[in-house]
Amino acid sequence: MLHLHTLWYVIIAFFWTGFFVLEGFDFGVGVLHAVVGRTDEERASAIESIGPFWDGNEVWLVVAGAATFAAFPAWYATMFSALYLALLLILAGLMVRGVSFEFRSKLSDPRWRRTWTWATIVGSALVPLLIGIGLGDLLHGLPIDSKHEFTGNFFDLLTPYGLWTGVTLLAVSLLHGATFLMLKTTGAVRERSTRAARVLVWPVAAVVLGFVVWTRITAGDHLASPLMALVVFAVLGTGYLVYAHQEGWAFAGSAVTMAAAVIAIFVGLYPNVIVSSTNHAYNLTVSNSSSAKYALTVMTVVAIVFVPLVLLYQGWSYHVFRARVGGPTDTAETPAPPAPPGASLKT
Amino acid sequence: MSTDLARWQFATTSIYHFLFVPVTIGLAFLVAVLQTAWYRSGNLEQRRLTRFFGTLLLINVAVGVVTGLVQEFEFGMNWSDYSRFVGDVFGAPLAMEGLGAFFLESTFLGLWLFGWDRLPKKLHLACIWLVAFGSMLSAAFILAANSWMQHPVGYSVNPTTHQPQLSNVLALFTNPTFLWGYVHVILASLVTGCVVMLAVSVWYLRRGIEATAFKRSAHLALVVLIPTLGLALFVGSELGVVEDKYQPVKIAAAEAQWTNCQPCSFSAFQIGGGKSDKTPTKVIAIPDLLSFLATNSFNGKVVGLNQLQQQYTKQYGPGNYIPDVFIQYWSMRVMAYLAAGLFLLAAWGGWLLHRRRLERSKWFLRIAMWAAVVPFLMNTAGWMLTENGRQPWIVQGLMKTLQGVSPSVSSTEIWISLIVFVALYLALGAADLFLMLRYARRGLPDAEAAQPDPGAGPTAAPELAY
Repeated sequence: MLHLHTLWYVIIAFFWTGFFVLEGFDFGVGVLHAVVGRTDEERASAIESIGPFWDGNEVWLVVAGAATFAAFPAWYATMFSALYLALLLILAGLMVRGVSFEFRSKLSDPRWRRTWTWATIVGSALVPLLIGIGLGDLLHGLPIDSKHEFTGNFFDLLTPYGLWTGVTLLAVSLLHGATFLMLKTTGAVRERSTRAARVLVWPVAAVVLGFVVWTRITAGDHLASPLMALVVFAVLGTGYLVYAHQEGWAFAGSAVTMAAAVIAIFVGLYPNVIVSSTNHAYNLTVSNSSSAKYALTVMTVVAIVFVPLVLLYQGWSYHVFRARVGGPTDTAETPAPPAPPGASLKT
Repeated sequence: MSTDLARWQFATTSIYHFLFVPVTIGLAFLVAVLQTAWYRSGNLEQRRLTRFFGTLLLINVAVGVVTGLVQEFEFGMNWSDYSRFVGDVFGAPLAMEGLGAFFLESTFLGLWLFGWDRLPKKLHLACIWLVAFGSMLSAAFILAANSWMQHPVGYSVNPTTHQPQLSNVLALFTNPTFLWGYVHVILASLVTGCVVMLAVSVWYLRRGIEATAFKRSAHLALVVLIPTLGLALFVGSELGVVEDKYQPVKIAAAEAQWTNCQPCSFSAFQIGGGKSDKTPTKVIAIPDLLSFLATNSFNGKVVGLNQLQQQYTKQYGPGNYIPDVFIQYWSMRVMAYLAAGLFLLAAWGGWLLHRRRLERSKWFLRIAMWAAVVPFLMNTAGWMLTENGRQPWIVQGLMKTLQGVSPSVSSTEIWISLIVFVALYLALGAADLFLMLRYARRGLPDAEAAQPDPGAGPTAAPELAY
């Protein structure tokens, strides 16, 4: 029988996956907006492509954290206190990035704009990198004692595997942002996004490949081969689709790459939730860190009611804003413009 | 040392966060009302007002959201032993808040903001109502969690781990501390929104700019403000009775009442009466009023701090069970006196409105503009009263604040994070205030800009979009 704590581990992994698949392209767009947009107007249109979504996407992170608190208090307590300074940087990054979208447009002064452009870029790059390091650390292991207390310092968080995981999630976010921009923008921004995706995709594939091999080595047999194959296949497929000008499919490809990579971390980690590098006997696991049955049952009912509802209305908001940004609104229904501007890149 | 720093950090970040929350809750509701009025009448002026106040709402939401993230993470970062101990109960409402309210609020805010020309009018109107509903819902979940810390219910203690475990989730939401506290917070938030809307409106009325439009919003703000403020005063006083029942120390400390009394007079003003100086040197006392406030009876008994200290020492072992009396006494008075003052101002405004002289009363317009700061002081004082009054407990009767901090986090780390948060918050606050003032003074969007262009219009309202 499926244990409730296993179910909640799956739900939390689902929230993290949802966060990276959705907010991942927001991060990518945040970093790339100043590259694909040269003029102020172009930059604004790149940002506007994620305008209606980014705030809702970020809630996936909040929910992943809060669900961990509710379902695995010991995991939440150890993880958040161990990653203390990393989380401080993550919060700082999320803060300046979050307000930068709102504040940037409110004044036309060039210095004001430049300040918030940089806030967007730095925040958007820092957050996936650092969260990636944190998630990688859970699997690599951190110095944790028999009372489940972290005994290391900030530099113990910079584990080699953790760093590589961080770089991987940042890299995939960039690619994901580029494919999203290909799909959602018009004109010069769309062209430059295609170019950015093409420049990015093979180096990103190399990073992902390294991540898959390293995860396999770290997690051992936990990590099923089909999942590893999926990560590799997805990123290579994205490369092909980016060059083949299949914008919608290329975005789907980067989404699958991201999802499979995040899932790989959680599959590799299970049944642990944080590995102790001090002694494996001190590992936090789904069974020794979870809430009791009643709380998990209540939360399961809440999840069954709300998760489908959330997916429904978030999905609807993507449907409402499906049109490209900067294009005439009445062409929203037409599947593809007659002459894709990217076509000129082929020649 | 760590505990003090962690407390300072939590107090700083949560007080700051709660400057933005009530404006958001209050303004979201008022903007929804304005948009409904526009939807019904088709009057363009109401549409322009909706957009104008919508922009002010959005600038606040941005800061409210990002500072809320800090709150969500701070439990685990600074209070890991607390989180470990109470997560089984306390985590559930937090997760419900994310799933039930945050998603709703943020998704429909995006739909509202960018949906002006995309969505049918009715659906677009529904979006702002869902934002308003979502913000009120999120307050419900977080207050259920906080009320559990004030008056723990619906749990049983695990015999092996000695940790509280959730045993009845409904009890969290029928907790009397929660019910009264929640209504009080929602009313206070509406008051905050109304006072901000009133202050902005009178700024224009004083200068005679767009007077017809801003008379409308001043009118709306006053009409909502008067009953909500009256109710907030009543509910707040009832909350005091509930707290006196479950947390008698909180109320006794708020009155600096060291000895038992029956009936008890209310000290309107005093010097001294703190820990080192238990007999105040000067008191303006109102006979029997404290009895009434604490027990709803003019002859009710209020147990003094000395007796409570004795009783708790017997029950929980040696220790100091009395919170900082100075903070309690004055936060209570700042909140109550300011509320009373605000009520007088609102009544004055109501009378002027009735006599159709609102825009001509120079003094009212001047005072109402500066009154904008009052609700923020009241809200802060209210939370200081609530949270300081629970000390030394982090969860009343179950865990002391001293036991809740993260053992693995050094005071250096807390110093670093405290400095980073304060620096960031000051910068964000300055940018927010700067933008708020600038946009508040910029005036209503043009009639043309507010008129949707049916052709190739921009995807979002120009003054709202990026």
